[in-house]
Amino acid sequence: MINLVWLVPLFPLLGFLINGLGRNTLSKTVVGFIGCITVFASFAVSLGIFFELNSVETKSFIIPIFDWISAGSVKIPFSFLVDPLSALMLLIVTGIGFLIHVYSTGYMHHDTGFAKFFSYLNLFIFFMLLLVLGSNYVVMFIGWEGVGLCSYLLIGFWFTNSSYASAAKKAFVMNRIGDLGFLIAVFLIFTTFNSVEFAIVFPQAANMASGDSVLVLITALLFVGAIGKSAQIPLFTWLPDAMAGPTPVSALIHAATMVTAGIYMIARSNILFTLAPETLGVIAIIGLATLFLAAAIAVTQTDIKKVLAYSTVSQLGYMFLGLGVGAYTGAFFHVITHAFFKALLFLGAGSVIHAMSNEQDMRNMGGLKKKLPLTYVTMMIGTIAIAGLPPFSGFFSKDEILAHVYENNKVFWLIAVIGAIFTSFYMFRMMYLTFNGKFRGTTEQEHHLHESPASMTVPLIILAILSALGGFIGIPEVFGGSHWLAGFLAPVFEASTSKVAHVTLDHATEYILMAVSVGAAIIAMLFAYNRYVKQAHIPADEITGRSGLARLSYNKFFIDEIYDSLITRPLNSLSGFFYRTVDKAGIDGLVNGFGKGALEASKTIRLLQSGMVGFYIFMMVAGIIALLVYSMYKI
Amino acid sequence: MEILLLQIFIPLIAALIILLSGKSIVKELAGAFSLIPLAITVYLYLNFIPDASTQFLVNLAWIPQFGIQFKAGIDGISMLLLILTNLLIPIIILSSYKHDIKNTKAFYALIFFMQSGLLLVFTALDGFLFYIGWEVALIPVYFICALWGGENRIKVNLKFFIYTIAGSLLMLLAIIYLHLQTHGNSYDIAEFYKLELDSVTQAWIFWAFFIAFAIKMPVFPFHTWQPDTYTEAPTAGTMLLSGIMLKMGIYGAIRWLIPIAPLGFDAWGETALILSVIGVVYASIIAFTQNDIKRLIAYSSIAHVGLISAGIFAWNLQGLQGAMIQMLNHGINVVGMFFIADILIRRMNTREIVEMGGIAKPAPILAITFLIVLLGTVALPLTNGFVGEFLLLMGIYNYNIWLAAIAGLTIIFGAVYMLRMYQKVMLGPVNSSTAMFKDLDGTEKSVLLIISALIIVIGVYPQPILHISEAAVINLLDQVNQKILVK
Repeated sequence: MINLVWLVPLFPLLGFLINGLGRNTLSKTVVGFIGCITVFASFAVSLGIFFELNSVETKSFIIPIFDWISAGSVKIPFSFLVDPLSALMLLIVTGIGFLIHVYSTGYMHHDTGFAKFFSYLNLFIFFMLLLVLGSNYVVMFIGWEGVGLCSYLLIGFWFTNSSYASAAKKAFVMNRIGDLGFLIAVFLIFTTFNSVEFAIVFPQAANMASGDSVLVLITALLFVGAIGKSAQIPLFTWLPDAMAGPTPVSALIHAATMVTAGIYMIARSNILFTLAPETLGVIAIIGLATLFLAAAIAVTQTDIKKVLAYSTVSQLGYMFLGLGVGAYTGAFFHVITHAFFKALLFLGAGSVIHAMSNEQDMRNMGGLKKKLPLTYVTMMIGTIAIAGLPPFSGFFSKDEILAHVYENNKVFWLIAVIGAIFTSFYMFRMMYLTFNGKFRGTTEQEHHLHESPASMTVPLIILAILSALGGFIGIPEVFGGSHWLAGFLAPVFEASTSKVAHVTLDHATEYILMAVSVGAAIIAMLFAYNRYVKQAHIPADEITGRSGLARLSYNKFFIDEIYDSLITRPLNSLSGFFYRTVDKAGIDGLVNGFGKGALEASKTIRLLQSGMVGFYIFMMVAGIIALLVYSMYKI
Repeated sequence: MEILLLQIFIPLIAALIILLSGKSIVKELAGAFSLIPLAITVYLYLNFIPDASTQFLVNLAWIPQFGIQFKAGIDGISMLLLILTNLLIPIIILSSYKHDIKNTKAFYALIFFMQSGLLLVFTALDGFLFYIGWEVALIPVYFICALWGGENRIKVNLKFFIYTIAGSLLMLLAIIYLHLQTHGNSYDIAEFYKLELDSVTQAWIFWAFFIAFAIKMPVFPFHTWQPDTYTEAPTAGTMLLSGIMLKMGIYGAIRWLIPIAPLGFDAWGETALILSVIGVVYASIIAFTQNDIKRLIAYSSIAHVGLISAGIFAWNLQGLQGAMIQMLNHGINVVGMFFIADILIRRMNTREIVEMGGIAKPAPILAITFLIVLLGTVALPLTNGFVGEFLLLMGIYNYNIWLAAIAGLTIIFGAVYMLRMYQKVMLGPVNSSTAMFKDLDGTEKSVLLIISALIIVIGVYPQPILHISEAAVINLLDQVNQKILVK
């Protein structure tokens, strides 16, 4: 099965081509079927690969496909790497991808761009699989930029809306800022290790000294790439805007898969990062700041998708915090559980939006529990999971990160726990505003309220089961578990684990830490219950002024406005200045000045141009004679 | 009969036949004729051995009294430019089919006339012959722009003409000077390569050639003729200028400038590199706020060509190989871009992108092909532009990491201005004038599908193209680097 890994990206590529070329001729049923079955086929092959990898001794396979680019010593093969890390990612991408494809057949059913949507979605899966499977940084970069393209296409899917189109452009450009960092890191990797192949780079790096300045620079640049792709400070503002895309896109690309690519890339390059403690320190701080800021914004948002978007930014912050303190397994564990519960929450939100006739403002919802029971129950499971309440999945992964943070830095731990309190609060707030109380929408909306079709609810149910039970792949030792995930991923992180002295907390401390974070989450939940159910508080409308922190939070700390006045507008002014003053008046003025000068000078010389042909012929003959005399003289 | 002579002169014969032919069949005839040089190029390519040698050599005495020979040949570097020229001319001719061209015969005859000049430039191994080709290529495009161009064509064209002529006169002076220095007064490039001039003289030679080439490409700050000319020229003229003709400057730098004046390059190459990098950033920033679609593409072309030029002056294998493949890619992409601009302008009667919008809705095929050309231009992986830009930036990086970081801004800036253009033209709501926009039809579709296919095929499998020039490039690098080392 492992040798057939090329089939995994091939199926979605075929799906993209068939649906793309047949978008005008194929019926919706056929399109939906092709879209889903290709991803399912990839999932089936991925499962085969996973089980084979489990049963064999070797844990790393390189499957060459063809020679892609070569110039002298620079040789970049197009080849794939199968190891525990990529095998798990394959399962997530194709598995959750398949569920979201199925969901989309229901969600997008009435859309005129149905076939286009599925072809883009398949194309996304293709690129995401290249990103995951690449055996070197450049193939990874193909996927890296390719998913950015699909993100652009899908955010701007309803492109007739100008602000959606702008959101798409913003996402692409911000990602490209990160990509430049990634690309320069690739050059630096090449000049340092004379290769970009993981299998050649990592063993060499393992022999380098910790804190080597080249490694610090490489990892810092790679991290710039991760900041863009995984929406961390300062490049996170594209992700909330990306909610302009259809909700299945938000679930698949902007929650479960693409945005975790930065974490995947760092986990893949773990040995480089382990030997660059300075970079890890920066990653931890950026992760921490992002998780806190985004959570602080999420608590006042009123658009259901915006809450989830900021929540995603915040959860990604947790993952980076985990990476920053060296908890590679924990961070990747959170990638997996987050993929389950955040995909679930977004799809649930989609179900709500679908039922509410495209309403996204929670101030106009309320009381949907009875009308959408399945959506409600599954979303509640997702909420409990993300809030970190045991024994649901988010508890285990978040706890693992927090325990490592505590070992590393107690202040970081405290801030992260406060972030967890915010998380619990904004999630339950969202649930209560949406599902409890009285219905606040229009009567027409109320009239249309309905539970979603099976194509949408079945994926919700499966994801709810995964969100509830997914944590059991990593039961920590303190609960008498063996942490299957850590064992499975051990070969990937082996080089790093041997470099750092690991301090294990005693069981008593671990229990206390858990009690604190779980207790805090429960208090936040009760606080939200009191405010939004008991007191039936509804967030103020747009016109009502907000003050102090609430105003800052509601307006997203004015970060977009700050970027606009610090970067966008100055660059546009510079553009006008370069064009009008430097180019037209300056350089071109000088050129024209030369021309005018020549014209003046020629006024005298032109007297030679008498217009008499005889004179010209005389000059020509004289010239030829002069040339001949000259050449004879030379001979 | 030498095959290379056929390759060079068949377009000239085609030009004559077209001038003599009946008016009704001119377009079809031109289309058919344009395939003959392409077929010969395919034949040459199939019989070409990708080593460092010069093949299909033609060496005829021409004006022996003055040491002028008709010496031409093909190595890997020339081969790629033959492919570029003979691939793009049929596309450019096909793309003109929708236009009502007054005096059609002269129009197509001039294109073929120019093609011969270009082919001469890319194969000449004699300084005089090179110069002849250089001017022969310029005159037809001057007339194309002057006769079929926009409102300000006369004024704009005069500037373009004088500017480039001024540059080429400097080059002519340098060629004559070199000629006088050789043993037995030769124009043979091999004799030029053998010269051992002192570094001060070489610096003069470097600048004389560099200014000629820098104007042609153009490199900052010699670029101001370009946006006006590209904007005013008829689309075929703009395509010829940007797709093929500017590569004369790039090719000249690789074949003539640096190998002939290695010590001049050693002293001044960095300046040229820095100017090129400045051009990348400068032109990109200007492109941010351009609303005239042709002018926007013109400035973006300055940025992209600046990157190619920077890759050359970094003078290493990655930079040069990147420049080689990117010449082809830039030709394909910029021709695609200008063709799309032409379609838009023809349908909308305006060049202002702010007056367009929402066209993706009524014209989905245009939307897709436009997007593919755009992605090639912004160098997305698996499009042709990425291979070139990756190698170019790596080449610049090998020279200096900071210059690479600055030149690398093109990755971000290119996305900014290109996506802005795409958004203003294709996305958003339709307005009264775009609602009835007609999608691509007939030859338009063929042209853009061919271009899109080339963009993806080269992006996915660039190896055959990189392979053509690698040996020749390595050879040239060694030759120059040895001379610099000896000093």
